[in-house]
Amino acid sequence: MKKWQCIVCGFEYDEAEGMPDEGIEPGTKWEDIPDDWTCPDCGAPKDDFEMMEVD
Amino acid sequence: MDPIIIVGTGLAGYGTAREFRKHDKETPLVLITRDDGASYYKPDLSEAHAKDAAPDDLVKKNVDAMAEELDATIHTHRQVESIDPQTRTLSLNGDSLQYHKLVLAFGADPIMLKLAGDATQAVHKVNNLADYRSFRSHLGDARHVAILGAGLIGCEFANDLVGAGYEVSVLDPAGWPLSQLLPEKCGEAVERELDRAGVHWHLGHAAVAVHHDNGRLQVVRDDDDSVYADAVLSAVGLRAGVELAQAAGLKTDKGIVVDRTLVTSDPHIYALGDCAEVDGHWRPYVGPLMQCARTLGKTLAGGEGDTAGAVKYPTLPIIVKTHVCPVIVYPPVDKHGEWQVEGDGSNLEARFVNEDGDLLGFALTGEATNKRRDYLKDAPPLMD
Repeated sequence: MKKWQCIVCGFEYDEAEGMPDEGIEPGTKWEDIPDDWTCPDCGAPKDDFEMMEVD
Repeated sequence: MDPIIIVGTGLAGYGTAREFRKHDKETPLVLITRDDGASYYKPDLSEAHAKDAAPDDLVKKNVDAMAEELDATIHTHRQVESIDPQTRTLSLNGDSLQYHKLVLAFGADPIMLKLAGDATQAVHKVNNLADYRSFRSHLGDARHVAILGAGLIGCEFANDLVGAGYEVSVLDPAGWPLSQLLPEKCGEAVERELDRAGVHWHLGHAAVAVHHDNGRLQVVRDDDDSVYADAVLSAVGLRAGVELAQAAGLKTDKGIVVDRTLVTSDPHIYALGDCAEVDGHWRPYVGPLMQCARTLGKTLAGGEGDTAGAVKYPTLPIIVKTHVCPVIVYPPVDKHGEWQVEGDGSNLEARFVNEDGDLLGFALTGEATNKRRDYLKDAPPLMD
């Protein structure tokens, strides 16, 4: 399971944790998150930012 | 207990409120805004046409939904008149509000050029959704839009408008677009691609006047040449509004001066976002302000004996959404070095290196933006 970081605002997404409050189940891969999803912290649209793999 | 009061409901104000509520659901929370309190993502404004969005479509949550989500009282269309740090009160349309802690997050104001002419009132600005609504409503039957300023906002709007079928001219005294952020070759890449998309460039020229002319607007250049347009948009820069803080006796410089714990020169007043200068740096971008919001939200929820957290900025770049030639730039903090630019055509990789060859900053244009991952890994954090 990977960890990703929004390069607009630094919000971190952990695939293992998911985002249950947002309806994203634990274990959801980044590519399986809907395209119309926006960052819960800053609102950046999914296609407006890239996540980078965080070690 | 007196409430935490936050002035401003942009990303900084609402971001701090949200983070605060994750840690403290009890303390009363009050927000004050001069607009309608709608929650939106400001960078959406400069690609609304590309996404076929009307201004209302950009609202994520209206003020009632925000008040409910935050369990907060939100005063809209109100401007704070003065702050009295001694009594911990602020004055608002004749009312007095007491605060336990105060957060200033009201952003920056667009710099407006001192233009001559009889049509200066017609010049638009777009630093908030209300101004953007006004701009869009006046766009109406416009064919030609003149944009003053070839910085980040000017270039993004040029791309969005030319993509929507408008004729676009951009005026700027600088030699290339995005001159504050990019080395010349990279700026020229953006210039070339926007030119290909139909943008008329007037670089090396400042606008000095705007006149009404037979139903159109005449923008006069410093060399007396003119651009005839139907709408004029000013995007020449931002200035943190420091007057309210100054009047309250707080320390200000480029912005309201705060340290890494976001506290001003008064222990009960904090500041973040475009109105603040954090540890000597004024960075009016989403990345830094969100880091501040997260840090401050926790601090406000902490007890009096808790140590306030110090904000850190990881490697968060600036994204310029000029889709004909996207840019990802990480301007160097340490300016002792030089730019080295490589690549073909408009797909450029620019590294800012010191004399040891260490990477201090970078800029990627066009297809080269796909290489962002490696550059972000190598670049030093903005503030650690």
